[in-house]
Amino acid sequence: MKYVLGNKRAIAVFLGPALLVYVAVIIVPVVWSFVYSFFSGSPAAGFKYVGGVNFARLFTDPTVGSSLLFTIKYAVVILVLQIVVGYALALLYVFVLRKLSTFIRTLVFFPVVLPTVAVSLLFSRMFAISPQDGPINSVLNLVGIHSVDWFSTGNNAFWVIIAMDLWRSAGFYAVLLYAGLVDIPEEIIESARLDGASGPKLIRHIVLPMSMPILIASIIFGLNADLKVFDSILALNNGGPGTATTPLNLYMFQTSFLYSDYGYGSTIAIVITVLCLAATLLVFRSSRRDLSKES
Amino acid sequence: MTTNAVRSGGVNARDRRRAEPSGVKFGRLSRKTLVNILIGVILVVEIYPLFWILASSFKTQNQFANEPLWSLPTSLNFQNYVDAWNTAQLGQDAINSITVTVISMVAILILGTAAAFALEVMVWKGRGSILLFIVGGLMVPIQLILLPLFSIYFQLGLTNSLAPLIITYIGQGLPLTVFLMATYFRSVPRELFEACTLDGGSIYRCFISVGLPLVRNGIFTMSLLLFFSIWNDLIVALTFNSSQSLSTIQVGLLNFNGEYGATLYGPLFAAISIVVFATLIVYMLINQQVMKGLTAGSVKG
Repeated sequence: MKYVLGNKRAIAVFLGPALLVYVAVIIVPVVWSFVYSFFSGSPAAGFKYVGGVNFARLFTDPTVGSSLLFTIKYAVVILVLQIVVGYALALLYVFVLRKLSTFIRTLVFFPVVLPTVAVSLLFSRMFAISPQDGPINSVLNLVGIHSVDWFSTGNNAFWVIIAMDLWRSAGFYAVLLYAGLVDIPEEIIESARLDGASGPKLIRHIVLPMSMPILIASIIFGLNADLKVFDSILALNNGGPGTATTPLNLYMFQTSFLYSDYGYGSTIAIVITVLCLAATLLVFRSSRRDLSKES
Repeated sequence: MTTNAVRSGGVNARDRRRAEPSGVKFGRLSRKTLVNILIGVILVVEIYPLFWILASSFKTQNQFANEPLWSLPTSLNFQNYVDAWNTAQLGQDAINSITVTVISMVAILILGTAAAFALEVMVWKGRGSILLFIVGGLMVPIQLILLPLFSIYFQLGLTNSLAPLIITYIGQGLPLTVFLMATYFRSVPRELFEACTLDGGSIYRCFISVGLPLVRNGIFTMSLLLFFSIWNDLIVALTFNSSQSLSTIQVGLLNFNGEYGATLYGPLFAAISIVVFATLIVYMLINQQVMKGLTAGSVKG
């Protein structure tokens, strides 16, 4: 029995292809990228060894600082909204709409499947001021507020980006968390109700702890996706005005392909990697502590 | 109103069991109103943008300039759609997107599930570290591997095809797939696999006829996740895009906005409408299939 489950040839057949592709597409380029960070140039122009210059440049380049700050601010704000709105929707599906939630669930999930560029173009026209006011400004005009040029300041553009990405992703988190809530055994909720728990109390003491694993998973997944934000901002306003809403990712892309500096681009990519790693470890460690406390 | 009646009817039996304090009636009523308002808000937020884009796609350039925004198009003007289709090559883009997504998805699911089986179900030294090694790939952002991959594909002469996209997506999708499928295999009682091998089944047979059916929920979840991430990817598609005939829908739309979008409002809205509503139709077809699959599964189990 142990022999069959330990069949060396079968292990190679099952694992070999995946491991090979993984090493070739992920591991080799990662190492390669670290090598790049000590060079300057591009494949077309040739490379030159520059030692630690790229890393030193990180600390003097003001755009790195501002895009790092923007990335973190964006990730924290959008993650909180995604989880809170997603969880609220999931609770609505499970405890209020119940069997009838399918329609709303499907509807709220719609934007998730839409290509990000299409959504960004849609939002850039929704919030437009020229050549014609978009729906948002028209509504503001109706209640007596002057049209706002949403893309002229970094702060305004930030909230448009937040609104857009929340619209695009809330349905996803709702379904993810819904799946977790549905898995809670009916008997547990029923017996808690018999014991007199209801409403917010039921949610806080029974539902929330029971859905902790899926919440943690959503937070880790969301954080990693949010720190890597790129598509939606590129298509919405290309990080403008200036570099006010440029996340690290977009800055890295521009450095590499617009200014053909692969070396410095790789160095910024390393910063992104360290950021994601640190964030994931943080959530992972604090969640471990939480879970062990409960059990 | 009828749906509300049905809903409360269904719930009543359960609610009656718990003792209800007096004064709940008022709370109930306002709660119902609150829920209805909430549903109304959700409907507007989700539907209005889509409706607006559709209505705008039928407007002429003249209507954009001279009529208020919420005016409806006076006639169904399909010229915008013809213009969008011809200048943006959306048909070719869609074929590219579908090709890339389907091939990558199938490859990731096969490779990832097999690897997860070897790492979680089979017993051998070092499987824990290999699993950690692969899952560690989750930490690698695509940006870190983009530039070296570009050099590799360039040197291999692959740049003038869809291969760079497909290869990159497969590598990128594996860590999450292996991680998730390993989790699903872990939740299957080990006795089932031991019984299978005791019954004399080969390890391949145990994988296909015992393992796969038991983790089909995981495969299903994973394929949804993969579909959306690949279909909606922009950064990989944009980096390795070498010619207009190899653009995916995302890249095509971005280029169309850059080249014509500032001036040609009608065709831009038409292009967005085509992409949005085609995706929604596909989604609705899949969604039906999904519901069927789930019900069939639960009846059997």
